[in-house]
Amino acid sequence: MPENRYENPGGPARPTPRPGQEHFTAPVDEGGLGAVDAVRADDAPTSLWGDAWHAMRRRWLFWVSAAVIVLVILVAAFPGLFTSIDPRVCDLSKALQGPQAGHPFGFDRQGCDIYSRTVYGARSSVVVGVLATVMVVLLGTTIGAVAGYYGKWFDTILSRITDIFFAIPLVLAAIVIMSVTADRTSFLVAFVLALFGWTQIARITRGTVMSVKNNEFVTAARSLGMSRGQILVQHVLPNSSAPIIVYATVALGQFIVAEATLSFLGIGLPPSVVSWGGDISAAQGAIRTDPEILLYPAGGLALTVLGFMMMGDVVRDALDPKARKR
Amino acid sequence: MTTVTTGPAAHGGAGPTTVLRCTDVTRTFGRGTGEVHALRGVSLAVAAGELVVVRGPSGSGKTTLLNVLGGLDVPTSGRVRLGERELTTADPDEVLAARRDEVGYVFQSFGLVPVLSAAENVEVPLRLRRTPAGERAARVAEALDRVGLAGHADQRPDELSGGQQQRVGIARALVARPRVLLADEPTGQLDSATGRRVMDLLRELVHDDGVAAVVTTHDPELVARADRVLDLHDGLLRDGATPAA
Repeated sequence: MPENRYENPGGPARPTPRPGQEHFTAPVDEGGLGAVDAVRADDAPTSLWGDAWHAMRRRWLFWVSAAVIVLVILVAAFPGLFTSIDPRVCDLSKALQGPQAGHPFGFDRQGCDIYSRTVYGARSSVVVGVLATVMVVLLGTTIGAVAGYYGKWFDTILSRITDIFFAIPLVLAAIVIMSVTADRTSFLVAFVLALFGWTQIARITRGTVMSVKNNEFVTAARSLGMSRGQILVQHVLPNSSAPIIVYATVALGQFIVAEATLSFLGIGLPPSVVSWGGDISAAQGAIRTDPEILLYPAGGLALTVLGFMMMGDVVRDALDPKARKR
Repeated sequence: MTTVTTGPAAHGGAGPTTVLRCTDVTRTFGRGTGEVHALRGVSLAVAAGELVVVRGPSGSGKTTLLNVLGGLDVPTSGRVRLGERELTTADPDEVLAARRDEVGYVFQSFGLVPVLSAAENVEVPLRLRRTPAGERAARVAEALDRVGLAGHADQRPDELSGGQQQRVGIARALVARPRVLLADEPTGQLDSATGRRVMDLLRELVHDDGVAAVVTTHDPELVARADRVLDLHDGLLRDGATPAA
């Protein structure tokens, strides 16, 4: 048995500790800098979104939801490609007639072509959903980022305001405002939904910004002479974007539902605008005798919302693989 | 109060090559019974091309000293002079300009922006100085080449090893040719062999560029690379043993 238990028979002798050196160090190779380069220079460079794309494209859920979203957007943007029938031209003599040549979904209680109304109804849902989502992202991230990044009284005041709005139910508040408004356009519906729907995104942004701002790269940016505003916009927000984008995708679905709810209640878009919510409301009276006329606008709504929700799930998993492994 | 008067810069007061000087600096955190004296009268002068290592245990005030020297923190009392600028009396915009124009920082956990590539990280200081795009690209390429990472320009920090990330950090700190380099435990997250190589590289660049460098560490291995060693204990700076020649 060797005298010194640190001795390694057959191996290189261990160095004697120098004065002031508190611990033994293992013999190390003294190769050049290349010896510590763990990553090869020719490895394909990737980005956060490059990685996310790689993870997403292998999932069938991504392709299904992407197909649904693309279809809905196409229908909303170019309804004329899908039908040549005007959804507002109705013939009472054809009321509640079943599917027939040229009218695959049949006719509703007013004698309007259900297929054409379902196609044209997509536009108002998508427009309101996208507008409201853009507005909440702008409003919510601004408020959340300022509260989380600047802290102190900014945070105290903005967080209390967020709490107050958070306590107001979205649809209830929208009902109150819409019911006293005469000119109900898509923009107004989106604005009212955004006005009461930004709180969740503000909370998410605040939390993410608070954790990102404690990273060393933020101190590094300060040391490089960046102003606080520059650091927030150029470094903190881009590094906080993943949860915001995920929530925005889910929120889009929720706003489409909220718009349909308001239109169903008769205080969303006016009856002159073709919308799924309005058609669901109109079909309600015939639900016992002709339930199938409810099926088409409700099916369009459900499919669209499902598409966006599934996309939100896929994007979340791709940006945060840890969430998927739970 | 402790005054350190050794080293090439300190002979005969403010020599012509003194780039960084602090006098009687104190920094106190908190108030009343919770008061913590991180620095208790520290004076230091660093010359161009000099590598000063400040060693001391955790909590001895090393990071506070670097933050005060680099204008990231304001001392409770005392003066800090960086080049021609008196940081302690300058307005915030001037301190910001001093950080941008005069100081390069190297951090223990590298401080690289995760969403930017190595080249983009190195480019940040040049963008802040509004360097023209063509010159920027050339200087970034040159800086990455000097730290041996010419082939890794497009990789993100996550795709690089610890030693490589710290070399990107060093390239970023030196790309804009600052007069002062401050490094806070630059080898703290690296294994000893990589740490030694990073420190050798740092020493070489400091001497080549004539930068005044202050490096903190509590790794006795790295002290051997210093031109001058100082000990910081409980906020007091003392001359350390001169490293083995």
